[in-house]
Amino acid sequence: MGQSVSMFVTCMVDQIFPQIGMSMARVLEGLGFHPDFPEAQTCCGQPAFNSGYQDEARAVAVHFLDVFESSEAVVVPSGSCTAMITHHFAELFHDDPANRARVAALAPRVWEFSKFLTEVARVEDVGARLETVAAFHDGCHALRELAIHDAPRRLLARVQGLQLRELEPAGECCGFGGTFSVKFDELSGAMARGKVDAILRSGADTVISLDPSCLMQIQGALSRAGLKVRTLHLAEVLASR
Amino acid sequence: MSREDVLHRVRTALGRDAGQPAPAPPPVRLRIPEVSPEARIASMTARLEALAGRVCRVSTPAAARAAVAEILGDRTAIISNAPYLKECGLSTLPGVRSGIYDRDQLRALCSTLDVGITSADYALADTGTLVLLSSPQEARLISLLPPAHIAVLPCSRLLTGLDELFSSRPDPAAVSSSMVLITGPSRTADIEQILVRGVHGPGQITVILVG
Amino acid sequence: MSRAFQQQIHNTLADARLQEAIYTATGRLKDSRRAVIADSVLPDYQELRTQANLLKQHAIDNLDYYLEQFQGSVEAHGGRVTWCKDGTEVADFVLSLAKQRGARLIVKSKSMTTEEIDLNERLEHHGLESVETDLGEYILQLAHERPYHIVAPALHKTRYDVANILTERLHAPHDTIIENQTALARSVLRQKFLAADIGITGANFLVADSGAIVLVENEGNARLTTSAPKIHIAVAGIEKVIPRAQDLAVFLKLLARSATGQLLSVYTSFLSGPRRPGEIDGPDEFHVVLLDNGRTRLLPNRERRQSLYCIRCGACLNTCPVYRKIGGHSFPWVYSGPIGAIITPQFMGPAHEPGLPFASSLCGACAEVCPVKIDIPKILLDLRSEVHKTEAQAGKNRLEKFVFRAFAWLMRHPRAYEIAGRLAALSSSSGDGGWIRRVPALLNVGPLRAWLSQRDLPPPPARSFRQLWRRR
Repeated sequence: MGQSVSMFVTCMVDQIFPQIGMSMARVLEGLGFHPDFPEAQTCCGQPAFNSGYQDEARAVAVHFLDVFESSEAVVVPSGSCTAMITHHFAELFHDDPANRARVAALAPRVWEFSKFLTEVARVEDVGARLETVAAFHDGCHALRELAIHDAPRRLLARVQGLQLRELEPAGECCGFGGTFSVKFDELSGAMARGKVDAILRSGADTVISLDPSCLMQIQGALSRAGLKVRTLHLAEVLASR
Repeated sequence: MSREDVLHRVRTALGRDAGQPAPAPPPVRLRIPEVSPEARIASMTARLEALAGRVCRVSTPAAARAAVAEILGDRTAIISNAPYLKECGLSTLPGVRSGIYDRDQLRALCSTLDVGITSADYALADTGTLVLLSSPQEARLISLLPPAHIAVLPCSRLLTGLDELFSSRPDPAAVSSSMVLITGPSRTADIEQILVRGVHGPGQITVILVG
Repeated sequence: MSRAFQQQIHNTLADARLQEAIYTATGRLKDSRRAVIADSVLPDYQELRTQANLLKQHAIDNLDYYLEQFQGSVEAHGGRVTWCKDGTEVADFVLSLAKQRGARLIVKSKSMTTEEIDLNERLEHHGLESVETDLGEYILQLAHERPYHIVAPALHKTRYDVANILTERLHAPHDTIIENQTALARSVLRQKFLAADIGITGANFLVADSGAIVLVENEGNARLTTSAPKIHIAVAGIEKVIPRAQDLAVFLKLLARSATGQLLSVYTSFLSGPRRPGEIDGPDEFHVVLLDNGRTRLLPNRERRQSLYCIRCGACLNTCPVYRKIGGHSFPWVYSGPIGAIITPQFMGPAHEPGLPFASSLCGACAEVCPVKIDIPKILLDLRSEVHKTEAQAGKNRLEKFVFRAFAWLMRHPRAYEIAGRLAALSSSSGDGGWIRRVPALLNVGPLRAWLSQRDLPPPPARSFRQLWRRR
């Protein structure tokens, strides 16, 4: 192989969870890819977009296009940021044909991490090993906008020592929602605690997700409740040996 | 006038002119599956019984009369003017009031008698539904006011489902002011989601399929 | 966001009994729905959704045409159509009809449209008695409350609440057995049905080619309302019109499944005009009131027009993680849940409750279950933008606007972004690497404080990803 891929690590991974990005790079390298990190990258603009600031989101989106336009493939450790690029950029530029064309050209080359592994790299077993009972949390945008359900589960099924549990109710939001988490703090917190209850019911000691923002919300609530359950990004699990 | 005001607002918002025709609507979507008569009866029975209704199948009109007599026991009843019920000889059952054409008398009887007996224009096998069109033969209140409802109809009126109904009757309004689809006994779950039957309409429903 | 909205949310979250009631009831409805749309029982579910969406789109895009056709068809069957701009006009119409016919008692079956215009209050103000007959609505009318849920109006009431209400309002013996409570309501309401002069209903569908209204219900109260009194008035929003009776084969399959998980509701009534010559019972007069009440304001924008596709099944409420926490009465108007969050600002104007479109994590569960495929999250986003525009004109919320401008600038300037990130990390460093529970008072303001009020904060990493990457 040896195909070059660009990593868009997202602002959250860059600033708060760098180990997720490093793990993703290790997994990609382990599969023979040559990941690069375009230094001018920042954010996809989703925080502004979801808060109703379209102009500001558009400006950031243009910057993203400038940075990644020449990449052969872009891998993103977040379902939510991927959906922003592949689904919502087009809406942002609905009356800007030039940028809309740029989005249409780039979007098919932008991949959420687990989808990249199963559909581009075409692997399920990356040789990972992690002794744990884990629950997988579906991020809403990965699940509903990108229709990612099986890919991460197939990857996790091949992790040695890992026993996967499903959360019930399935597919329910953790309550993060960007600025929603601080505008409606009490409500967002209650939703997070609902998720914590579901995790406890599952008996898992690890919660795995594709989205750093969900993990921040869930870990924040677990930590506040003094629980020992840990959260990991799929990349961190797949990088475990 | 409000009519003109509202229509004007609608047209302005949609960019349409008065009297402008509509483009063709999406094609009608009706899919009628092939289902054998026996399978229809089985489905009708299973669906209605799942809703706590009852289905009895009898082979002849005379057997239908016997079945209704047994179900009624010593309860009083009002029977509709449907010709098929006469064919079955149901109007001569003891304790059954028949031949009512006066609205006030009908209301009074329906409010006091135990059982309403009707026929049905159709039944829908895949949902366990009775279809009743209001007419001089079939009043609305007989299947509604008494605490129990018995419907007697020949198996030949058993359709597969909604699609076949609307295919046979593309415009129910052409023949009646009221077509009602009845799927099981009246029910509510408004308090604590606990199911209670017979809240306003009949709490019991029995369908006699003949043939 | 208004104080009242925040307070309602807070109160609901703090009420453990209510939390349990909402969660259980919506969970049950949600599971029932899922069971009846499963591939094994309804393999063409997605096709039906698409067809329903196309039909609604077509009907709304040509609304004037179908409304006129509907009126012609109703009149051909001897019915009458009255157009009303708002609730006042509806009340005036009903009052004047009641006066002409000497009517005093009205029975009503559940209708969100009449809730929207407070019809009962308006009629009672003029000395008419207007009685709700759906069991849940009847209880709420006795308790002077508005519906908690589009489909299950009294979802928040326990049998003990109901016992208290019946004792207090009807002087009935205190009885907490649900069957007995239902039987009591049945006998009280049966007398009302038989004595009523007018029956008022809503309409689930207006069928343009037939001139019929369609009513979907489980109890039989809508049938009684439309069969016992001599006058029937159906009050319906103009958006309820569909082209053909045959289209009901699509909508009826979706409505009951999405609403309560039934294959069909117990009673589906297809009513066109007064009773015909020879028909023994049924009303002598049949009126349809076509109500605008703000609906035409939603039409100019193609995207937002979708809000009018709603068939009021309530599936979006049951699946919504926000509704399941804050319940129905937290919402500022009669429509609650995701559909309420997009309808209310459009009917009432964004200033009615500016916080409403923001009360969503945009999880998309609503759009996933919507039987007519309304893209609710997209409309919420659009409404958020509109709130900002209105605020900007009024010079409000300038700080937030500034913050997002600064954000956009920073994200286009990678060096500045990196420096800002490092500064933020240094200022909030906790030292031990554990998750942060509290920060110094000086920093504990705004979003940080809001976050920490509920959750811990991740410790800033010693190095950002780009720093680590450079060191490799």
